[in-house]
Amino acid sequence: MKNGRSSRLFITLCLSPAVILFIVFMVIPTINVFKMSLFKWGGFSPNKEFVGLNNFRILFEDQRFYQSFQNTLLLLILVTMITFLFAILFAAILTQEKIKGANIFRIVFYIPNILSVVVIAAIFSAIYDPKNGILNSFIRLFRPDQPDILWLGDQKIVIYSLVAAMVWQAVGYYMVMYIASMSSIPKSLYESAGLEGAGKITQFFQITLPLIWTNIRTTLTFFIISSINMSFLFVQAMTSGGPDGSTEVFLSYMYKQAYTNSSYGYGMAIGVVIFIFSFALSAVVSAVTKREPLEF
Amino acid sequence: MKNLKTNSLYKIFIYVALISLTITIIVPVGWVFLASIKENAEFYGNPWAMPAGFYIQNFADAWNKANMGSYMLTSVIVTSLAILILLIVALPASYVLTRFDFLGKKFFRGMFMAGLFINVNYIVVPIFLMFVDADKWMNTTFGHGFLLNNIFVLALVYASTALPFTIYLLSGYLVTLPKDFEEAAYVDGAGHFRTMCQVILPMAKPSIVTVILFNFLSFWNEYIISMTLLTKAGGARTLPVGLMNLMKAQNAAAQYGQMYAGLVMVMLPTLILYIFVQKRLTQGMTLGGLKG
Repeated sequence: MKNGRSSRLFITLCLSPAVILFIVFMVIPTINVFKMSLFKWGGFSPNKEFVGLNNFRILFEDQRFYQSFQNTLLLLILVTMITFLFAILFAAILTQEKIKGANIFRIVFYIPNILSVVVIAAIFSAIYDPKNGILNSFIRLFRPDQPDILWLGDQKIVIYSLVAAMVWQAVGYYMVMYIASMSSIPKSLYESAGLEGAGKITQFFQITLPLIWTNIRTTLTFFIISSINMSFLFVQAMTSGGPDGSTEVFLSYMYKQAYTNSSYGYGMAIGVVIFIFSFALSAVVSAVTKREPLEF
Repeated sequence: MKNLKTNSLYKIFIYVALISLTITIIVPVGWVFLASIKENAEFYGNPWAMPAGFYIQNFADAWNKANMGSYMLTSVIVTSLAILILLIVALPASYVLTRFDFLGKKFFRGMFMAGLFINVNYIVVPIFLMFVDADKWMNTTFGHGFLLNNIFVLALVYASTALPFTIYLLSGYLVTLPKDFEEAAYVDGAGHFRTMCQVILPMAKPSIVTVILFNFLSFWNEYIISMTLLTKAGGARTLPVGLMNLMKAQNAAAQYGQMYAGLVMVMLPTLILYIFVQKRLTQGMTLGGLKG
């Protein structure tokens, strides 16, 4: 290597811009989330009042917060389960079977992932539109006399309408991910299993699933973090948390408290809970799904 | 014989499943394209009806009246600037982090890795408040603040928050390159900087393309940060935020055609890009692993 001093200068020059930007726009804001949660702060008014953990005390008595907690959990569980089921199923079909046009299916399934959430929200708002929507006009063919279903207006239905949109967006991405790891499994394993009389379903559970388990584990952990975020993007663009808070999620509630209500301190207390929740959940998922990694 | 029958049933089931999913994706997306050339009156009829003709006026209206033209320009500037900043900052950093040994290397790598777990939307409020404070300070010192409502600052925030993922992806690729080329360059008397630019960068091209693709999609489609940092009434907006406004206006004024034209404008660039590079995108995804 070259002499030490010029190397050190080069390293510093290369690394410092990235480190500075990372610290200014990611580390400091993250620290600020935790710091600001201890203050009562009306935003644009200069007086910050230190209130200790008082924001959290209020938070744990806040019915709206519990509602957003519930909605977040429900969305996380449903979206994760359905997305993974579909993604693994379709990945298995596209790798294990000789499908005509498999490549075209793969290309089409990935399309939702490249669209902006705003676009997806607009598409689904058009689908769910009570009068002129695609969905209700389709349902009307079968039950013309019933009243229209308010997909985004009915408090009991709206969250499931969101689940459908989120699954629609995510399936393709994870499917492509699993296709990659499934296609690296050697074909000979399936052939010998087939010779010994194992059916397709047995093969799937005995060979495919165990061998891609490590991949499933990593994607699951990341999926949870990204779902907390995606649910916010969808809610913000599709329902704004309504009707009457029935689709409010963690981040949308934080955003609302911070901007609409201008109570930044309180909003950041919610932010702290989100941080802790997402890390704890990832840790739990990764602990629960721990298996001895298998290799082929 | 029986086996053959269940087998063909199984095949039919598979194709039904595949085609159903295809339909649920193609129909809504295609429907938007068709709706974008319908006249406003057509939206009150049967939603399945084909458009009566090519009503291109929707696009002209969206472009001019709904300002989508200028939003498009803003989006193009912000996205390309952010990608440029990101590459200039992330490439040397990833290079140094993978090819050099120095004190604190482990620490910096760990720091960027930890950044993968911080979602931008968790910290958007403090970022906004940081700019509010800085602008206030600048107002008293220079007479005006310029951090909020500034598309260059927006691009900088995009680039910075994409650093962990980008460095992760680039490092993963750079590690696989053989060391021989660099050593040969040093022997020939090239400095560190020249070696990086003329030896490593050309070899890292595939990973750079992947980085550009992923970040193009995420910057082009992003709307929460953009909505938070560009707030001035009548000021600059990126396309997705402009589209959100159009959706809200559409509810009041019933300008359906315009809104669908706007939708097409937002998704067309990503769709075209996708058609050309889909192979690279899906391959790169598995190479890089995951996005946040």
